[in-house]
Amino acid sequence: MDFHLSKEQLMIQKMYREFAENEVKPLAQEVDEEERFPEETVKKMAKLGMMGIYFPKEYGGAGADVLSYVMAVEEMSKVCGTTGVIISAHTSLCAAPIFENGTEEQKKYYLPKLCSGEWIGAFGLTEPGAGTDAQGQQTTAVLDEKGENWILNGSKIFITNAGYAHVFIVMAITGVRVDKKGRKSKEISAFIVERDDPGFSVGKHEKKMGIRGSSTCELIFEDCVIPKDRMLGKQGKGFALAMKTLDGGRIGIAAQALGLAEGAIQETIAYTKERVQFGRPIAKQQNTQFELADMHARTEAAKFLVYSAAMKKENHEPYSVDAAMAKLVAAETASDVTRRCVQLFGGYGYTREYPVERMMRDAKITEIYEGTSEVQRMVISGAIMK
Amino acid sequence: MKLIVCVKQVPDTSGVVAVKEDGTMDRAAMDTITNHDDLAAVEAALQIKDATGCKVVVISMGPPPAEGMLRELLARGADEAVLVSAREFGGSDTYATSQILAAAIKKVGVEDDDVILCGRQAIDGDTAQVGPQIAEKLHVPQISYAADIKVEGKSVTVKRLLEDGYMTLKVQTPCLITCVKELNNPRYMSVGGIMECYQKPLEVYNYETLKDDPLIDVDTIGLKGSPTNVYKSFSPPVKGAGMMMEGADKATVEQLVSILNDKHII
Amino acid sequence: MAFDSKDTAAFKGVWVFCEQREGQIMSTSYQLLSEGRKLANDLGVELCGVVLGSGVKEEYIKALGGYGADRVYNCDHPLLKDYTTDAYTKVICDLVEDKKPEIFLIGATNIGRDLGPRCAARLHTGLTADCTHLDVDVAKYKEFLKTTSTIDVDNTVFEENTNLKMTRPAFGGHLMATIICPRFRPQMSTVRPGVMQTQEFDQAHADKTVIEQVDVKLEAGDINVEIVEIVKAAKQMVDLIGADVVVSVGRGISKDPEKGIALAQELANALGGVLGSSRACVDAGWITADHQVGQTGKTVHPRIYVALGISGAIQHKAGMQDSECIIAVNKNADAPIFEVASYGIVGDLYKVTPMLTEAIKAAMAAK
Repeated sequence: MDFHLSKEQLMIQKMYREFAENEVKPLAQEVDEEERFPEETVKKMAKLGMMGIYFPKEYGGAGADVLSYVMAVEEMSKVCGTTGVIISAHTSLCAAPIFENGTEEQKKYYLPKLCSGEWIGAFGLTEPGAGTDAQGQQTTAVLDEKGENWILNGSKIFITNAGYAHVFIVMAITGVRVDKKGRKSKEISAFIVERDDPGFSVGKHEKKMGIRGSSTCELIFEDCVIPKDRMLGKQGKGFALAMKTLDGGRIGIAAQALGLAEGAIQETIAYTKERVQFGRPIAKQQNTQFELADMHARTEAAKFLVYSAAMKKENHEPYSVDAAMAKLVAAETASDVTRRCVQLFGGYGYTREYPVERMMRDAKITEIYEGTSEVQRMVISGAIMK
Repeated sequence: MKLIVCVKQVPDTSGVVAVKEDGTMDRAAMDTITNHDDLAAVEAALQIKDATGCKVVVISMGPPPAEGMLRELLARGADEAVLVSAREFGGSDTYATSQILAAAIKKVGVEDDDVILCGRQAIDGDTAQVGPQIAEKLHVPQISYAADIKVEGKSVTVKRLLEDGYMTLKVQTPCLITCVKELNNPRYMSVGGIMECYQKPLEVYNYETLKDDPLIDVDTIGLKGSPTNVYKSFSPPVKGAGMMMEGADKATVEQLVSILNDKHII
Repeated sequence: MAFDSKDTAAFKGVWVFCEQREGQIMSTSYQLLSEGRKLANDLGVELCGVVLGSGVKEEYIKALGGYGADRVYNCDHPLLKDYTTDAYTKVICDLVEDKKPEIFLIGATNIGRDLGPRCAARLHTGLTADCTHLDVDVAKYKEFLKTTSTIDVDNTVFEENTNLKMTRPAFGGHLMATIICPRFRPQMSTVRPGVMQTQEFDQAHADKTVIEQVDVKLEAGDINVEIVEIVKAAKQMVDLIGADVVVSVGRGISKDPEKGIALAQELANALGGVLGSSRACVDAGWITADHQVGQTGKTVHPRIYVALGISGAIQHKAGMQDSECIIAVNKNADAPIFEVASYGIVGDLYKVTPMLTEAIKAAMAAK
């Protein structure tokens, strides 16, 4: 076992930290207050190769590894949860499924544009009636009479990056399957939808509790026409593709949660050293010290789960359960830690003058999206109790 | 055309500064950074490279760990690096340092259309002397305090800062320019650049490599070859603490102002 | 005989480079002459000013004597009108090689710090940058150390010599170093502007000063750099050095730099002072470098220095700790700025500053 980062990973981490401190942190409060998608930050990250970190150079990627990608989400989330999830959704939920399931033509066409940040990516699975129960899909795709185009109808909700994305991985029903016992189930397939496709539109923007700069919108398909070669993976394999994609996405969200917890702890250490009550900094109170010690230990534990899941994905080992554990623990740690940090800040922590209340709001979503904590428990228990 | 950039790794004196019991700086206990002005010089070189496709060589004199800094500069986009490192070079003052760096630059090779770039000064010594002294040793013209650099063929136009304005100067290559940090905003390393930086060439020049250059002589390098020596070094005393006011409200402020008033300070 | 910088016995006299811009002598030159006078007296040698220019008015050159110069070498040549490294280095080195001064002081201006190192490298001698104190006499040096260092002077052995002891801050002011150049001459030093005190103008001394016209050997071909234009900054430069009151901002304004600077400016206006800054704010791009106080900025000693949200890194303290009255406002009770503050308030600068401005305005109005 080797718990050391490589020379390159250390250098990449250093670069992320400098970038986050100088470019992301100064905007974090404004992005939250104004519910504004930080387009300028995305352009800067794209220039540094951060929109295609672990994809090979031949597809326009930076040629680094999955852990370097995870660290990007972590480091950005330390100062701005919104920025963290932009990278995560773009990379894990759009570029990754194309890289892992796409035809050579699809990879050659989409990946360079996604990796360079020219296009931003998103992923559409959730529908009004199909959240955790992803089988409840209503969106349909049917081939037209000539057999040349797919016609999509339906809608998707809560889609991260939607307002700014150019490429969407969308799940739709392409038929009905009947098993040997005569039971019917929906056949789901994955498609690559582009923003300008006729009949496609982005609907209402959600007003959220946290990650308020993240663009979360509805996707609407009204006789949306896409060429036949835009199917991603094989027909009928869409559900498996979506689940596998979410396994990868969970590592990204776990990294976001990890970063939020680490960022809140950093802010709290600095604040408690400055804040004087009863004639001395509150950092000198044992309650403060023990709270921070406990939070730090739990956050480090979460970090090992997150990094371990990343390394398993990197090494092409099964990582579905690892990703679920990482997300479960990191998300719950983030919620717990940020809440305790607000408490240590006292009244100031509850004001928007300090970042910890924002981090607390941002942390909550990590327990919900890309599979709630309950879904993660289902995945884990399913694996250990089969 | 090629750009040679001289860079120094320095202790980060803006953060926590460690001082040993004997009053000297505990360099080992401090973070090291690439000197700010030098980063501006590297960025200036990379911008010229972006425009012309020329080669950028970074060169640093320092102990072996300075390789880490050079790798980071390769990750930013420099093409080659040279680390000038030898026990014999230790203890050099600016005169001796410029002798060694000039010899190293000659070894890299100065072509007719090359430009040498340095930072104006390093934050540990703040001398601003090494750049001009290298220029003298190489017999090339210098322009210091550059706040803007334009290269057109063999002609270089530089905006040189003065305290009360600036001068625009024109010089022919080869020449040496020292850069101030206001010149630009240095780029970050890129992920792709970092993945390549360990494959790029990094050469180490030691005493053996440079000893045949007439500039390198026991009488002109290292502690012994340095014209200046330290006579004494000492820590400045801490001024006695004054009066800490109670609270931070209106009453506090009014109390302070009345003290200032009574003492005829205002 | 050929020039040999190692032949230390052959060198005599103290020289000061008297920088001119557009025919006007820079005030740094008077400071250096005043300081050079003391050194020349201690050594019992002549103090010479060196002027390079074209058509610098004779009265200006004569006036250098009033600040202590016994002799002025006037190097007048059309090619010396504006500063170029090549021309100035050549003329100065020719003159040094001919006359052999033992000490050569140059103001640490942007021009002095370009010229000094090039000359020192050509003459093969040492140069100490940006000095803040000079001595030749060991007894005087020891007196200096008694008030400015933590050294137990009486129980420390000092080598007796008349080498120029050039003291300067090192490592951003965390350490002070006294540098000597024992084996080579001239002993060269660039001296920080604003540090040395200018002596009273002495007309009688000026009347006795010898002006020596130097036969300048210079051709256009000696100069490799072409001056395209010289532009004076249109905006008023901040006169920090001469200010009576300085109100400075530090990293503490990071939450809202614009507002922090506005509040500081209002306080400065109320006190009739100017706006200063720590290095952090300059590095962050919140304020221009001409406001910077400290090791790499300007050294100030105003009557009142207000530090708002400045932690008091040693490099900042180096530039302001000699101020008469220091008022510090900082959220962090442990900030090192409070170690040098005459009055300290632990609090939020965004809240304290406007209250302070109001209270001062009220106090002023009551007078």
